[in-house]
Amino acid sequence: MARNSNKNHDVSRLRRGFAGFLMAGLAGIPAGAANAAWDISLQVPVTDLARRVYDLHTLLTWVITVIFVGVFAVVAYSLVFHRKSRGHKPADFHDNTTVEIAWTIVPTLILIAIAVPATSTLVQMRDTSQPDLTIKATGYQWKWGYEYVTGDAAGVKYMSVLSTPRDQIENKTPKGEHYLLEVDRPMVVPVGKKVRMLLTASDVIHNWSVPAFAVKADAVPGFLRDTWFRAEKEGTYRGQCSELCGKDHGFMPVVVEVVSAEKYAAWAADQKKAMAAVADDPAKVWKLDELVARGEKVYTANCAACHQPNGQGLPPAFPALDGSKIVKGPKAAHLDIVIKGKPGTAMAAFGAQLNDTDIAAVVAYERNAWNNKLGEVIQPAEVKALRGK
Amino acid sequence: MQASQHAAHAGHHEDDSHGHGPTGLMRWITTTNHKDIGSMYLWFSFAMFLVGGAMSLIIRAELMSPGLQYVAPEFYNQMLTLHALIMVFGAIMPAFVGFANWMIPMMIGAPDMAFARMNNWSFWLLPPAAILLTASLFVPGGAAGTGWTLYPPLSVQMGMGMDMAIFAVHILGMSSIMGSINIITTILNMRTPGMTLMKMPLFCWTWLVTAFLLIASMPILAGAVTMLLTDRHFGTSFFNAAGGGDPVLFQHIFWFFGHPEVYIIALPAFGVVSHVIPAFSRKHLFGYTSMVYAIAAIGLISFFVWAHHMYVTGIPLTGQLYFMYATMLIAIPTGVKVFNWVTTMWRGSLSFETPMLFALGFLVLFTIGGLTGLVLAMTAVDIQLQDTYYVVAHFHYVMVAGALFSAYAGLYYWLPKWTGHMYHEGLGKLHFWLSMIFFNIAFFPQHFLGLAGMPRRIPDYAQQFADFNTISSWGSFGFGFSQLLVLVVVFKAMKGGVKAEARPWDGARGLEWTVPSPAPHHTFENPPPFDPAEAHG
Repeated sequence: MARNSNKNHDVSRLRRGFAGFLMAGLAGIPAGAANAAWDISLQVPVTDLARRVYDLHTLLTWVITVIFVGVFAVVAYSLVFHRKSRGHKPADFHDNTTVEIAWTIVPTLILIAIAVPATSTLVQMRDTSQPDLTIKATGYQWKWGYEYVTGDAAGVKYMSVLSTPRDQIENKTPKGEHYLLEVDRPMVVPVGKKVRMLLTASDVIHNWSVPAFAVKADAVPGFLRDTWFRAEKEGTYRGQCSELCGKDHGFMPVVVEVVSAEKYAAWAADQKKAMAAVADDPAKVWKLDELVARGEKVYTANCAACHQPNGQGLPPAFPALDGSKIVKGPKAAHLDIVIKGKPGTAMAAFGAQLNDTDIAAVVAYERNAWNNKLGEVIQPAEVKALRGK
Repeated sequence: MQASQHAAHAGHHEDDSHGHGPTGLMRWITTTNHKDIGSMYLWFSFAMFLVGGAMSLIIRAELMSPGLQYVAPEFYNQMLTLHALIMVFGAIMPAFVGFANWMIPMMIGAPDMAFARMNNWSFWLLPPAAILLTASLFVPGGAAGTGWTLYPPLSVQMGMGMDMAIFAVHILGMSSIMGSINIITTILNMRTPGMTLMKMPLFCWTWLVTAFLLIASMPILAGAVTMLLTDRHFGTSFFNAAGGGDPVLFQHIFWFFGHPEVYIIALPAFGVVSHVIPAFSRKHLFGYTSMVYAIAAIGLISFFVWAHHMYVTGIPLTGQLYFMYATMLIAIPTGVKVFNWVTTMWRGSLSFETPMLFALGFLVLFTIGGLTGLVLAMTAVDIQLQDTYYVVAHFHYVMVAGALFSAYAGLYYWLPKWTGHMYHEGLGKLHFWLSMIFFNIAFFPQHFLGLAGMPRRIPDYAQQFADFNTISSWGSFGFGFSQLLVLVVVFKAMKGGVKAEARPWDGARGLEWTVPSPAPHHTFENPPPFDPAEAHG
């Protein structure tokens, strides 16, 4: 999905050769339509490993093409020359041990030949040792959370959410260039460094994937998996969640920005400063209107996908909050379900994702939005008190 | 098929004793006749094929262009789940059980299946399962939206539609196991004297191995979904890490069933093609013995490759290497089969009636699907392609082209025997060419989408995927509507047409061609003499 202009020359030659071969068979399909992408092979690789995978795939495609053409050349000859309508009389031969041994041995040799590069590529793919930088990615329904574990940005932690406007998805406004492949805050890594990704999930299995890096690994709730990449070129690379994870599976892209070491250091410093600046004073006493204003933002980012911006939800899987018994009931029960989630449903435990202020804000928002005009303020300290229980 | 059979053999009442049984609907509910039950299986599977096909057209309509057009994402997920479950368990598997019921007793010279009453019960389990699956769309929360693989924890989040799918799988599994016991017993005990196992038609061989695969794998699926059920409702934590379980355990169990399932579908298809190609080549199958060994080898190896569906789940490197090598191994017996079919045609006397066209279509498309399977066997490449449209293209080449095309080859091949009339050859050929062309328009571009990185199971996609998706959608509409031609062909043949001889195909061999067309209600009440010239299908 990353449209990188600095193509690797070897690969692009292979690519064109193969493309030309296949396109000949597709003659008649008009090229050049709006947004046309007639790519017929893997994305342009930007890591050494991805290049090896690319070449392995190209090799395999040639091997199977040659086998296919070989087998069906024989079939085609039969179809033309051994027809009843041409008066061809059937021969009566069957069982020939030599032939049968040959067509067992020859495929075996081909398989062994391709197993060699396949094995070495795989061994390289799984070598996550000695990384320069470690980042933990957590899959949530339906966004990615990134946490820098080591390096300049150690401690930086944020959510990365689809930024394509709803109107584009619903065909009300024209779609942008990176429709569905854009996020509010991409993951940022330095060029040329070995980045080890630790993967997990909080609710269901997700999959973190960037095709240009040949990286794809499941994020399994309750377990840590790892994978790695070393991007060779600066640029923005895009992928998508690659394991069905519910309603908005198609709407949780992965975007990685690869930048120079200097830019990365500057970015890391900015992030740390910004985090310090926005760190909430847990003892602050909030007024209703400022709390609700903040809560609306939290709601839009975390809750609206299921419960909908108008609070009507998508019942019965995603219940309405407008007029809901829990929302209009006691505060403690409402806070409890937001903090701990509801097991066996898509309602996640937001206690781990949001700080006390955000939880107080979003609960206050829900209790005051739409027709739920309860007029209640909830202070971060109340959330903190409840967390312990 | 039965109506015309009624009419046609009203004339020879001496060998027709079903007149004593109930008539009308009760005839079908109480029947223990393998031909009646075979027909019911085939009609049922065709009905399910239309339901599952309609769902696939909803999917392809939504994917016609980027953006959300017709359905909400959660409904889209339900469609793709039910499409797969219905096609696999409701359409393809019952279709081949239908062929087995009709043809195995007639091929081995047996009067009926070994357990005739159980046969009735295995069929009548299917409609309740089908109702559970389709009705789950209308319960609160809708049907399961997890994909047919039903992976937890997502499947634990679903509503009661999930429970209905679980019970449907239980019932379908019972039906399959009973059907398998019946087939194994029939084949092993009821062959006419002189027909040794190594002289038995290949279709029976493929079903013998398939039945063992079913008996070994269906209880495993039943176990997996039962654990899911108790995780959902009874507080167990088989698949929940918070309770000491592991979500990936489900995948291991599921695919330990799921991979043999691929061959449960493919092997009977191989069997049908191994009858049709020799018949229209007017030549013996090249290597009967090696075909039998290849079938057995494929059946056996299919149990040792399951984790090649799970390369990205974090299984260790050594595991990935083992499963890669084991998977590559399957290419060898599969190659043996393809080479055998090709050599059977070589220097034959070929003609291209509809069954042969579908068999050739099968050969071309199944080989493409098998070869992309070889690409996917390579772990490093598979990791790039896992959960992309490349995989969708691959398994539709194997499943639709492999199973459906071969089922059509069998349908056109045996239709004269079933109805007593020749089908309309022109319509049959039209059906083949429309299917062949539209199938490729629908599914070949999906390889490119997958290579470019388009994930599967998404209701909306980035714009660079738009053009191939549009082509694919038009192809699938063409393919879907072309299938209605089959109904026309079958109804026409049931109503009348040129009378079929006992052996309408001059190159066909096998005991089924020694009985009149249409086959009388009861055949081979006494074991027929076995003529070696009829051996080897």
